[in-house]
Amino acid sequence: MSEKTYLQALNEALRQEMERDENVFILGEDVGQFGGCFGVTQGLFEQFGEERVMDTPITESAIVGAATGAAASGLRPVAELMFVDFIGVSMDQLFNQAAKMRYMFGGKTTVPMTLRMPQGAGIGAAAQHSQCLESWFMNIPGLKVVIPSTPYDAKGLLISAIRDDNPVVFLEHKLLYGASGEVPDESYTIDLGKADIKREGSDVTIVATSQMVYSALEAAEKLKADGIEAEVVDPRCLLPLDKDTILDSVKKTHALVVAHEAVTFAGPGAEISAMVAEEALDYLDAPIKRVGAPFCPVPFSPPLEQFYIPSADNIVEAVKSIR
Amino acid sequence: MALSKKTLIQMYETMNRIRLFEQRLQEFFAAGEIPGFVHLYLGEEAVATGACAALTDADSITSTHRGHGHLLAKGGDLKLMMAEIFGRSTGYCKGKGGSMHIADMDLGILGANGIVGGGGPLAAGAALAAKYKKTDNVAVCFFGDGASNQGTTQEALNMASAWKLPLVFVNENNGYGISCPQCKSMAVVDIADRAAAYDMPGVVVDGNDVLAVHEAVTEAVKRARKGEGPSLVECKTYRWRGHFEGDACTYRCTEELEEWMAKDPIPRFEAKLVESKTITQKEADKIKARIEKDVDEAVAFAKESPMPETSALMDDVYA
Repeated sequence: MSEKTYLQALNEALRQEMERDENVFILGEDVGQFGGCFGVTQGLFEQFGEERVMDTPITESAIVGAATGAAASGLRPVAELMFVDFIGVSMDQLFNQAAKMRYMFGGKTTVPMTLRMPQGAGIGAAAQHSQCLESWFMNIPGLKVVIPSTPYDAKGLLISAIRDDNPVVFLEHKLLYGASGEVPDESYTIDLGKADIKREGSDVTIVATSQMVYSALEAAEKLKADGIEAEVVDPRCLLPLDKDTILDSVKKTHALVVAHEAVTFAGPGAEISAMVAEEALDYLDAPIKRVGAPFCPVPFSPPLEQFYIPSADNIVEAVKSIR
Repeated sequence: MALSKKTLIQMYETMNRIRLFEQRLQEFFAAGEIPGFVHLYLGEEAVATGACAALTDADSITSTHRGHGHLLAKGGDLKLMMAEIFGRSTGYCKGKGGSMHIADMDLGILGANGIVGGGGPLAAGAALAAKYKKTDNVAVCFFGDGASNQGTTQEALNMASAWKLPLVFVNENNGYGISCPQCKSMAVVDIADRAAAYDMPGVVVDGNDVLAVHEAVTEAVKRARKGEGPSLVECKTYRWRGHFEGDACTYRCTEELEEWMAKDPIPRFEAKLVESKTITQKEADKIKARIEKDVDEAVAFAKESPMPETSALMDDVYA
C-alpha cells in the first residue's frame, strides 16, 4: 500500500490488466507515446508497444465501434475518449450497437468493452469540454456506468470494468486526477454496483458522486460544528445502482440530500430521489433536496465557472434547509 | 476463375435459398403474419452469395437492414431465421431481435443492423481482432449506397486503411437509399471511386453476376489475408421491392423495375450452369424443389414454435 494519485491508480489498473490478460488493449486519440490527453496511459506504449496501445484517428464513432466489434470478437478493449463531451459524435455505436447487441441477439454475444471518458468542469475548458453526462448513460439498458471518486476506488473499479463482460462507461473527473490516497500495489477488484459509505453519520444522508464526494465530506465537517452528523454515501456506480446501501442509510438518518455536478434537472439525483421517495418515503422526516449544476451550459470565465459548480456550501445549505 | 462444380452448385443453391425464403416472407407479411418491418433482398441475391462464397465460417460479416441474404449466404439456419422473423422464442435471438437484428456469432455474423451505416466501425473491430490475434481471418462489411454517405462508413474506411485491417467493404448499390435515388444523394456515379480517398483498391462489378462478385471479393479477401489491407467492391444491383414491405414505391417507374427484373441474377446463373453442363435443367429444378421443401419446414417450425414467455423479457440485458 502506498500513496498514489487517482491518475496513477488508473494507470496501474491498466498496466496490471494488460500484463494479466493479453486480450486487453487500449485504443484512443493520443493514448500512445503522448500518454493520453490527461496522462492516464503514460508509459504503457513503451511497455506494451503500438499493437496494444493504439493511437486512433480522431474519429470517435470508429473508436467506439471498433472497440465494440473487437469486444464481440473476443478481445477486451479499453477505449478512451479525450472528453465525455465527444460521445455525441459516437453515441450510436455506444447506445444502439454496444449496449444492445447482447439483448437483440438473444444473449448470443458479450461485449466486454470499457469506455473511459473524463468529464467535469473546473479547468476553464468551456461548454464543449466540461459537461457531466452520466444521466445520459444511466438511461440505456445494457450499459454499466462507473463514476469513481477516490484513487482506491478508481483502481479497483477500473479492473472490475475491464473484466466485466458488458460495455462499461467509466467516467473520470478531470479535477480528480491529482487527488491522492492509499492504493494497494497489488491488483484488486471492487464489485460494480456496490456503494461505499465514505463517512458514517446519523442525521442526514448525503449521496454524492465523483468530485462532489469531496465537497460532501467538506460539508459534513462544517455541519459537525453545528451538531449535525452527515453520512456520505458514494454509489461509485450509477448503473447498476446500489439501492440497498442508499435506502439503509436513509432509513437510519431519515433525511436525504443528493449532490452531483451534472445539471440538477433530470440528473442522476432525480432517479435517486425518486427511488427513495418510492421505497422509503415513510422513513423521511423532511423533503429530499438535490444539489447539482444549474440548467445551463458550462461557462468559460473563472468566476462564472466556479459559481456554476456545486460547492460544499451549497450542500451545507441544502442540509440546513431540512435539518 | 475455375471454380469447382461443388462450389458452383452451392452458390446456385444459396441464391435460390435466399429467393425462396424471401418470397415466402413476402406472402406472410402481406397476410399480416409477421410483426414489424421486413426489408427484402429480392433481386440482390448474387451479391451476398458471391461475396460469402469467398469466406470461411471463421471470417466475420456485418450486415444491414436488408440482411436475410447476407445471413443465409454466410450459412444462417433457415429455421432459426424464420422463427426469429415470426417473433418466436426458438428464433436466433429468442424473438428479441427480429428481421433487422439477426446474428450468429458461431458463423461470424455480427448482426444485421437497424442503423444505416452502423456496421462499418463494428466490422473494423472484427478485422482488428483478427489482426490482433494474428489469425488470417477477414471481415466483410456489407453496406448500401445510402450507408456509403454516413460518417461511420467513412470513418471505418479510413481506420481500416490507416491500420491495414483485413477488411473488405462490399457495397451493394441498389440505386436507392429508401426513396432517394443515388443521383440525388451523391455526386459520384461510382461509390468505388471513394476508395481512392483512402488509398485502397476500389472496383465496380455487375452485382447481378454472382461470378463477377465472387471473383472481385475473392481478390479482395486474398489481399486482406496477406496483410495488404482493405478494399472496396461496389456491386451494382437493384432492389425489386420497396425499401420495406408495404412501401408503395411511388418514387420510381415500372420501366426501371422491369428493366432490372429482366436481369434477374438467378436464371442468368442457371443458364450459365446448364450451358456449361455443370448441372442439367432437371437437376436445377430438383434443387429448387428441395429448397422449397426446406423453406416449408422452416415455416412449419416457426409457426409451431411458441411465442416468448413474458418472463423472458429481462433476460440477456446483461451478461
